[in-house]
Amino acid sequence: MISDDLLGSEAHWAFGTDFEDPLAGVDTTVPDDIDPAALARYCLMLGDDALVLSQRLSEWCSRAPDLEEDIALANIALDLLGEARLLLARAAVADPSVVPSLPDGSPVPAEDALAFFRSPAEFRNVTMTELPNGDFAETITRLLLFSVWRLAEFESLLTHPDAVLAAVAAKGRKELAYHRDFAARWFVTLARGTAESRRRVLTALAGLWAFWPELDAPADVEVVLDQVFAAADVSRPEVTPARGLGRECVHTEALTDLLAEMQSVARAHPRGLW
Amino acid sequence: MTVTEPQLAEHFGATIARGDRIEPRDWMPEAYRRTLIRQIAQHAHSEIIGMQPEGDWISRAPSLRRKAILLAKVQDEAGHGLYLYSACETLGTSRRELTDKLLSGKQKYSSIFNYPTPSYADVGTIGWLVDGAAICNQVPLCRTSFGPYGRAMIRICKEESFHQRQGYELLMTMMRGTDEQRAMVQESVDRFWWPALMMFGPPDGASPNTEQSMAWGIKRNTNDELRQKFVDMTVPQARALGVTLPDPQLRWNSERQAHDFGEPDWDEFWAVVNGAGPCNAERLAHRRKAHDDGAWVREAAVAFARLEEAL
Repeated sequence: MISDDLLGSEAHWAFGTDFEDPLAGVDTTVPDDIDPAALARYCLMLGDDALVLSQRLSEWCSRAPDLEEDIALANIALDLLGEARLLLARAAVADPSVVPSLPDGSPVPAEDALAFFRSPAEFRNVTMTELPNGDFAETITRLLLFSVWRLAEFESLLTHPDAVLAAVAAKGRKELAYHRDFAARWFVTLARGTAESRRRVLTALAGLWAFWPELDAPADVEVVLDQVFAAADVSRPEVTPARGLGRECVHTEALTDLLAEMQSVARAHPRGLW
Repeated sequence: MTVTEPQLAEHFGATIARGDRIEPRDWMPEAYRRTLIRQIAQHAHSEIIGMQPEGDWISRAPSLRRKAILLAKVQDEAGHGLYLYSACETLGTSRRELTDKLLSGKQKYSSIFNYPTPSYADVGTIGWLVDGAAICNQVPLCRTSFGPYGRAMIRICKEESFHQRQGYELLMTMMRGTDEQRAMVQESVDRFWWPALMMFGPPDGASPNTEQSMAWGIKRNTNDELRQKFVDMTVPQARALGVTLPDPQLRWNSERQAHDFGEPDWDEFWAVVNGAGPCNAERLAHRRKAHDDGAWVREAAVAFARLEEAL
C-alpha cells in the first residue's frame, strides 16, 4: 500500500512550483481592442528576458560566494522562471501560431513548446540577458541594470488593458523590487569594499553599459540608477552602445549555447511525459 | 559553591535518562560535544555537496515546471546546510572552520553523493530512494538529545518529505510516458538501490560508534534497524511504480513480518568512504572552486561592513 501521504493530491509541493495551470481562473480572452499578434510578441519579449536570465542565474546554484548568496540567486532565478511561465503561456493563448508544432501525440504543453522547441532566431530577449555570467560582479551589475528597468516596465503594465498581463505585472513587481534591492546592495558593497572588488565592478559596468540602450529605458529609470551609482561612488561609463537587436531575434552565440544545453533533454524525448 | 565534574556528569546523565534535551549552555562531556560536532557537520556538508549531483540537471530540466521544482529543491538543500551549520556553531565551532575541514577532507559527507547522475531519471530516483533513506535516518533525529540539532531536523524532515514525494511523482510520470522513459527509470533505480541501502552505514557489528551514540540519545536506532525499515517501506512503492529492485534475495518473510534482502557490497562502501568513489574528487574540486572563486566577494563584504560600522 502506498500511503496517501506519498501520492496525496495537495497542490502545494514546494514554494514557486505550483502544479496548476498558471492562468487557471483568469479570464484569458484577449480584449477586442488589442492586436493578438502584437500582444503575443510583447509577452515573448518579456517572457524570454525572464527565461534566459533565469537560466543564467541558476548556473550559480552550488557555485555562489557563500550559502546566503546561493539561496538568494536561486530565489531570483525562481521568480523569473515563474514570470516566464506566465508570459509564455499568455503568448500562446493570444496567438497560437507562435507555438512551434510538435509531432502528433506529443504531450508537451505550450509553455514548454515555446521554451524548448524554438530556435535561437525565434527568441526575443535582449542581448544583456544571454551574455555568460562572468564573475559575481558581472552577475550583480547585470541584475541591477535589468531589474531596475524591468521593475519600471512592470509598473507601467499595472493598468494594461490585457487583464492577464496586468496580473502578471502586479505579481512580478514585488519580486523585482527585491531583485533590484539585492543587486543594488551588492553593487554598492562591491564598489566600496576592497580595491579588487571595486576594480571588478567597474570592469563589469563598463562591459555591460553598452547593452543598456537596447532596453530603451525611460528617463525616470535612469534617475534610480544614478542614485545607486552615487551611493557606490561610480559614474556612468563612456562607452559606445552595442548593436543590440535581441528584440528582432538577432542574438550572440552565447544564446545558441545556452539553448542547446537547456533544450537537450526535452528535444531528445519529443513525446516524453515529464 | 563549586560544582564538581562528577556532579555535572550526573546531572547530564539524568537529563538524557529523562529524555530531555541538552541545550548549548548546559554542561556536556567533551566526547559528546565532539561526536555531535562531527555528526552535525557531516550532515551539513552532505547537504552542501548533495546540491551537485542533482544541481547538474537544473540547466537541462525537460520542462519549466520540473526546472522550478528542481531549482527549489536544490535551494532547500543549501538552506538545510545553513541551519545545520548554525546548529553546529552553538557547540563552539564556526561555519568557516567546518568549511575548511570539508575542503581539506578532514570531515566527510554522505558517500551517496559520490555516485554520478548520468540520467534525468536520477533526479527522481534521488528524491525517492536517497531522500527516502535520509528521512528514515533523520526522523528519529528529531528526538535527538541535543536541542538545536533536533529542532533543525524537524524542519528539515518536513522539507525532505516534500522532496521525496516530488521525486516519486517524477518517476511515476515518466513511467506513464514512453518506453524509453520507463527504461531510464529502471536503469536509474538499478544503479541507486544498493548505494541507497549503504546510506544507513555499516552493519551493526561493524559500527563502533553506535553504542555510545545511542547511550547519549544522539542516535535512536541502529543502522540495521533503519535499513530494514527503509526496505519494508520501499518495496510496495517500487511495485506501485512498476519497477523491480535489483536484489534476487529480496522477498517477504511472513515469520519476521519483514523483508529479507541481500547484503550490500561493503568493500565498495568502504572504498567510496575512503575516497575511491566515482565522483569523490570531482565533488570536492567543485566545492573548492566555488569557495576560492568567492573569496574576493566575502572579503569585500567584510571590508564594506567595517566601513559602515566606522560611519
